[in-house]
Amino acid sequence: MSAFLEVKNLTVSFPTEDGLVQASNDISFSVDRGETLAVVGESGSGKSVTSLAIMGLHNRQTTNINGSAVLNLESGPIDVISAPEDQVRRLRGKAMSMIFQDPMSALHPYYSIGDQLSEAWRLYNKGDKKAGFKRATEMLELVGIPDASTRVKEFPHQFSGGMRQRVMIAMALINNPSLLIADEPTTALDVTVQSQILQLLKDMQKEFNMAVILITHDLGVVAEVADRVNVMYAGKIVEQAIADSIYYTPDHPYTIGLLNSIPRVDQLEGKRLIAIPGQPPSLINLPQGCSFRKRCTFADQVADNLCATVAPSLDVKESAHFSRCHLTEKQLVAARGGK
Amino acid sequence: MTQPILKIEGLKKHFPVSTGGVFSKGKGVVKAVDGVDLEIFPGQTIGLVGESGCGKTTVGRTVLKLYEPTAGSIEFNGEDITNLTPKQMKPRRSQMQMIFQDPFASLNPRQTVGTLIGNTFDIQKITPAGGKTEEIQRLMKRVGLNPEHINRYPHEFSGGQRQRIGVARAIALKPKLIVADEPVSALDVSIQAQVVNLLEDLQEEFKLSYLFVAHDLSVVQHISDRVVVMYLGKVMEDADKKDLFSNPRHPYTRALLSAVPVPDPKLGRARERIILQGDLPSPVNPPPGCVFNTRCWKVQDKCRTEVPELLQIEPGHKIACHFPEAASK
Repeated sequence: MSAFLEVKNLTVSFPTEDGLVQASNDISFSVDRGETLAVVGESGSGKSVTSLAIMGLHNRQTTNINGSAVLNLESGPIDVISAPEDQVRRLRGKAMSMIFQDPMSALHPYYSIGDQLSEAWRLYNKGDKKAGFKRATEMLELVGIPDASTRVKEFPHQFSGGMRQRVMIAMALINNPSLLIADEPTTALDVTVQSQILQLLKDMQKEFNMAVILITHDLGVVAEVADRVNVMYAGKIVEQAIADSIYYTPDHPYTIGLLNSIPRVDQLEGKRLIAIPGQPPSLINLPQGCSFRKRCTFADQVADNLCATVAPSLDVKESAHFSRCHLTEKQLVAARGGK
Repeated sequence: MTQPILKIEGLKKHFPVSTGGVFSKGKGVVKAVDGVDLEIFPGQTIGLVGESGCGKTTVGRTVLKLYEPTAGSIEFNGEDITNLTPKQMKPRRSQMQMIFQDPFASLNPRQTVGTLIGNTFDIQKITPAGGKTEEIQRLMKRVGLNPEHINRYPHEFSGGQRQRIGVARAIALKPKLIVADEPVSALDVSIQAQVVNLLEDLQEEFKLSYLFVAHDLSVVQHISDRVVVMYLGKVMEDADKKDLFSNPRHPYTRALLSAVPVPDPKLGRARERIILQGDLPSPVNPPPGCVFNTRCWKVQDKCRTEVPELLQIEPGHKIACHFPEAASK
């Protein structure tokens, strides 16, 4: 049995006047239906670029994309990277959907909510506008918008931020997609609304048995919803494992650093935060060797200056736990600080 | 007991809004801040938290008299500054500074770092001992920037470095109070900790007081001594940090805390979560009685008619609620 989405060696780069921007590099992962994969990383780590490649939303003329991203549909597998563009277009909104960060700029201000939702539905279903509005109303009810039959006629500006994000979710799910990519779906929202939306996404995933890719920088959100996690840094996956394993036995100094640097609302003693020094490298001229080396506090523990010369590969550290690091298991345990 | 560096009482800031069409003169007001009391002592950090639209930023700006208060009083360093004119405020401004949220919008892109930081001296007509350039470079070094970059422009720096420029500018005149409005929320997680640590170090070094305005409760919990929780322009709870986070007594605070995701999957699954229904009501038309009554799960008839006052329920712990949660300890 193969998973619903299988991404293999996906590499996306943009030629620019300053040089080739290696936005995402040799990405491989899979997600199955009913499963939530979280992709964590800072801005510029390549998390959005990867998901846009899976959705086929990069301009093929100006972007170099290599590798494959295979959707195992009932009708047979399709590689969205090599498939013709109009075939990929027919998958978007049906087999796979996406939710964006900013629900205000993702909705059209001139059309009513019902117009926009029914357009998405009528693209793949036979039915007139009336049927579209009926379906739109059902979807709004499903995502918890009160008084849906009135609100379906309203416009985006009449909705609050959280309500707009619910509308985005309704639109993404209106054709029962098998894969949902949510790109920072709650970053623009307040915490109380964030927990509503995360709960809604969980419920919807169960209802539609979807594969979900959640892109975020918030390790708290990841802990709450993810089954498995990809940690990305400078365009590469540096660590890949099930969620608990990432949090309790992190196997990459970057992940360890991230977990140490975030203040936690449940830890009251005022410990000083352990910040990761420096800043992420430019994606144009990535340093030789490990791209995290300059910020890594453990690089000097590796013999022969290996971190500066050889880029580490994504290796198995424990069962189903991969990490791109030269440190030995023993050194990693010490790096975690006995955690 | 020492004197508070900042004391505000009954602070109100209402903004007029047009409620009718284009031609009708607006009669409505947004009660952005509606009766806030606050005290900050030297060397203390007060965290001001709440969801967007709760008025926390407006409090920060009104305290610095960037907005004229509608009512109430602001006392800075023992002096009533409520009704001072901008001209009268100017000499006092070197004592109170601000750090802004967005390090991309708050730095003039056409000025070098040297000019940006140096402006603060020029405006106050101060010549630092040892020369302006030397002082600017010393400040840059202090906040973790390379002093050789004094002639660079903001676009040559990353987000975290730009925020350091903002911090250098704020501490240049050795102020007593800094209002930090979401100073780390625009930064990446690995950079946030760097700036938080810098703010803590500077506080120790210069005995600074912070009014730390933020929506991220984890950061506020980390940096604050006291925390004030706001909702729709009103203070819901005001308590010592430890007290507030371990023993929240207002239903809103309890819900807010339970909504903060914790980076620990097992703990996350075990935690009891209170999911509030609905959204923040419009501040143009706040609900009568307790402003939180539309989303509160403990709401009773009294809450819909009577406004709860902010009362002390334990020493140093104030809440505005008719039916407070039981103390957990």
